[in-house]
Amino acid sequence: MKKDIAINLNGVEHRAQVEPRLLLVHFLRETAGLTGTHIGCETSLCGACTVLLDGRAVKSCTVLAVQADGRSVATIEGLAQGGQLHAIQEGFWEQHGLQCGYCTPGMIMCAHDLLERSATPTEQEIREALDGNLCRCTGYQHIINSVQAAARKLGKRKTTRAVAAD
Amino acid sequence: MPRNGKSNGKTNGKGNGHWMGQRLKRKEDPRLIQGISHYADDLRLPGMLHCAFVRSPHAHAVIRSIDTSPARAVPGVITVILAQDLEGVGNVPCAGVLPDLKTPAHPPLARERVRYVGEPVAAVVAEDIYAARDAAELVQVEYDPLPAVVDTEKATAKDADLIYPEFKTNVAYVHPLKNGDIASAFKRANKVVKERLVNQRLAPVSLEPRGVAAQYLPGERTLTVWSSTQIPHLLKTQISLMLGLPETSVRVVTPEVGGGFGSKLNVYGEEAVVPWLAIKLGRPVKWIETRRENMQATIHGRDQIAYLELALKRDGTILGLRARILADLGAYYQLLTPIIPTLTALLITGCYKIPAVDIEITGVLTNKMATDAYRGAGRPEATYVIERMVDLAARELKMDPVEIRRKNFPKPTEFPYNTSTGVIYDSANYQMSLKRALELAGYSKLRARQKAGWKQGKYYGIGLSTYVEICGMGPSSAMPAGGWESATVRVEPTGKITVLTGASPHGQGQETTFAQLVADQLGLKPEDVAVIHGDTAAVPYGIGTFGSRATAVGGTAVYYATEKIKTKMSAIAAHLMGVKPDELAFGGGKITTKDKKKSVGFGEAVSAAYMARTLPPGMEPGLEATHFFEPSNFTYPFGAHICSVEVDPETGETKIEKYVAVDDCGNVINPLLVDGQIHGGIVQGLAQALYEEVIYNEDGQLVTGSLMDYALPKAVHQPQFVLDRTVTPSPVNPMGVKGVGEAGTIGSCPAVVNAVCDALAPLGIKHIDMPLKPEKVWRAIQSAQTPSPAGKRARAQSRARRTA
Repeated sequence: MKKDIAINLNGVEHRAQVEPRLLLVHFLRETAGLTGTHIGCETSLCGACTVLLDGRAVKSCTVLAVQADGRSVATIEGLAQGGQLHAIQEGFWEQHGLQCGYCTPGMIMCAHDLLERSATPTEQEIREALDGNLCRCTGYQHIINSVQAAARKLGKRKTTRAVAAD
Repeated sequence: MPRNGKSNGKTNGKGNGHWMGQRLKRKEDPRLIQGISHYADDLRLPGMLHCAFVRSPHAHAVIRSIDTSPARAVPGVITVILAQDLEGVGNVPCAGVLPDLKTPAHPPLARERVRYVGEPVAAVVAEDIYAARDAAELVQVEYDPLPAVVDTEKATAKDADLIYPEFKTNVAYVHPLKNGDIASAFKRANKVVKERLVNQRLAPVSLEPRGVAAQYLPGERTLTVWSSTQIPHLLKTQISLMLGLPETSVRVVTPEVGGGFGSKLNVYGEEAVVPWLAIKLGRPVKWIETRRENMQATIHGRDQIAYLELALKRDGTILGLRARILADLGAYYQLLTPIIPTLTALLITGCYKIPAVDIEITGVLTNKMATDAYRGAGRPEATYVIERMVDLAARELKMDPVEIRRKNFPKPTEFPYNTSTGVIYDSANYQMSLKRALELAGYSKLRARQKAGWKQGKYYGIGLSTYVEICGMGPSSAMPAGGWESATVRVEPTGKITVLTGASPHGQGQETTFAQLVADQLGLKPEDVAVIHGDTAAVPYGIGTFGSRATAVGGTAVYYATEKIKTKMSAIAAHLMGVKPDELAFGGGKITTKDKKKSVGFGEAVSAAYMARTLPPGMEPGLEATHFFEPSNFTYPFGAHICSVEVDPETGETKIEKYVAVDDCGNVINPLLVDGQIHGGIVQGLAQALYEEVIYNEDGQLVTGSLMDYALPKAVHQPQFVLDRTVTPSPVNPMGVKGVGEAGTIGSCPAVVNAVCDALAPLGIKHIDMPLKPEKVWRAIQSAQTPSPAGKRARAQSRARRTA
């Protein structure tokens, strides 16, 4: 029996009838047509499918679409605003934080979760925060550099905003 | 002094412009960081069906019967096919040829027998993937299990069970390589060091699993196959052969490819079955591999057991090397399965002068997935064994591992250097990279701290690896299917440049580096240059990306094609200005005479080529050039890696404290991308040393079938890497580049193992086989029989600390 669900996806409400067993990642990719969230293992071990559910990073291969009913989901496609890349995306680009790019959306969403919780994480904190996200190409060092660069950018932007508000 | 993770900026990018050698951000990235690129699974075609495979749960069994009716009854299921449905479809190809090689037939779906866990037996097609997978579980296959041949060494026994009774043996081939007077070398030796070293089986695990989609248009008679592959053109040829279609009807497109590491340098059975289904059903069909399938049925790498004997003089001079290597091939051959271990033989003398060698490689069939090219492909195995043997020899001769290496390096003036294994190292200065690595690591301080540490019960170890590798694959004479690469450079009428490359990058960044190269040659900007790859309908026939060849071979093809463009544009510009064409320079969007008195806009010369009214008499209109570059030799990058570790005797855990890598890949086009390749490479080699291992149990069941059981390295496990470079240009190509895709993996693995074994030396531990998991190291420490006095002291102090 199909269920009616409504998910706020990147700020836009999506309504659909879905099988109860439909995974959130399949909802995002097949129902909503957002293929930026990747599937790397379907067992919540690789982190390629990481998205934000009510602002916190989850692995969308182990969340059912019905569990996201009435909640908000943010994916990689929703990060850039008005043609302007998010600071984390800029960080990954500038620091060469990706090679094949398959793990990248998940890495960026996980880094987003971290930087929301901690504005100036240490290198060790970044490494621990990304523990659930695998990358086979970069050896992680440039990913760490990317998150650090993003943290600096976000810090500066906040400072600029604060100064502007004064 | 380089900062962590940054190079010293020595780039020496050759070229007349200023883009080569710059740390440019990649052109590829905007689409990747926004999630708007397209990998195979992102393809959506009207009416697309989904495929799932039924795979053998047995390592070795006879198929007694298959009942597909319960599967066919699942709503949404279109068809279920078996081997007999694929009448006329050719076998999975193997390009590796060796004398007296026993080659088993390798059908895309198993016929009568299955020979490894994960072998495809049936394919289910349904309207959606959930239905396809539901139905695949309902296909009833009755098997009569047979004894599984799993252990590589036992497989060679006379009374071993046979995988192919018709071969009367599980030995697929014996490949000897002998040179020099080996008997005399061992007779003259003051010291012979013997060891058995294992390169365990590994899984490549690209983050994107494999994927294939196909669409057949009967009106146009064109089959388009989208595959996550490293070799689109070779795949096109092989699909046409397997399916019996004219090659002109087949187009292969590589969408974005999420990593390969050699595993997608292949032609898989699924790449025949999915297109066949699309043709039969008249609808597009897609199959995306699950991770479990990827662990079971995508090629594995390494899996060699080496018996080694190194003959040395008292002063550390190496006289000769004997190696008997058993290479586990698995149950069937993929594209290069049998020949990968022969690369081990070519590189086994490493960067040392070893005048006499006696090598024998034995390829062994077992009930496991095929081994094939995995990052380094035969060469990490060689580097590991020679680097371990040199360290073992140093210990027995009571020499510093640095000194024994220096003693046996060829001098920089001896290059090109002919090895006793029959290859010619193009250029190197091993002394220089080692010297730099020792400086960066603070080697003497590390040694001093190690000695002090032993007294305090601390197990510090320092591991070296001085490596050379065979890259830029390669001259066609040494390759199974052509070693050249193609490029077409087209100046469009608007003056923008389209580069078509036969290389097939999947993370390496050639859309950026080739643009840097061409921009310099033509005096333009990288944003003026678009690099197209991975579409056989658009790109002239090419070989693909593997063996660190894309820049050294593919890039050189781009270089020469661009030179042809320059020659033609010079002739046009000279004609327009009334000067001689050989004295013109390209720069700043202009073509200028040497004395800078006259110039023609780049766009003006382009217009002349297309408008064709003001061309020199007899000149062909248009502005497009193609070059097929055939290299005269491989390239031989090299370097020195130093790793310092602390091993915890209580837990057996290894902590990497410092990692220094000084690599030399010749001239560098983009240092940022080279650093990325080195980092990723180091971690894959380090992962072989410490974590990763494909394990089959005695029944041939894959124990490491998921990422829960197969330990991939994570961010939290990795140290900061300190990188530097030396630059020794290759004489094999005009850019002097060598290749860097595999260097890190080849260099790092022995450095880590040497460091751990060095740390445990006071306990009398000589060697532990990889992966050096804490439990294994802990057991070795526990069972260390005859600890040296220093070790006894260390253990006593460790105990004392515990008590305290």
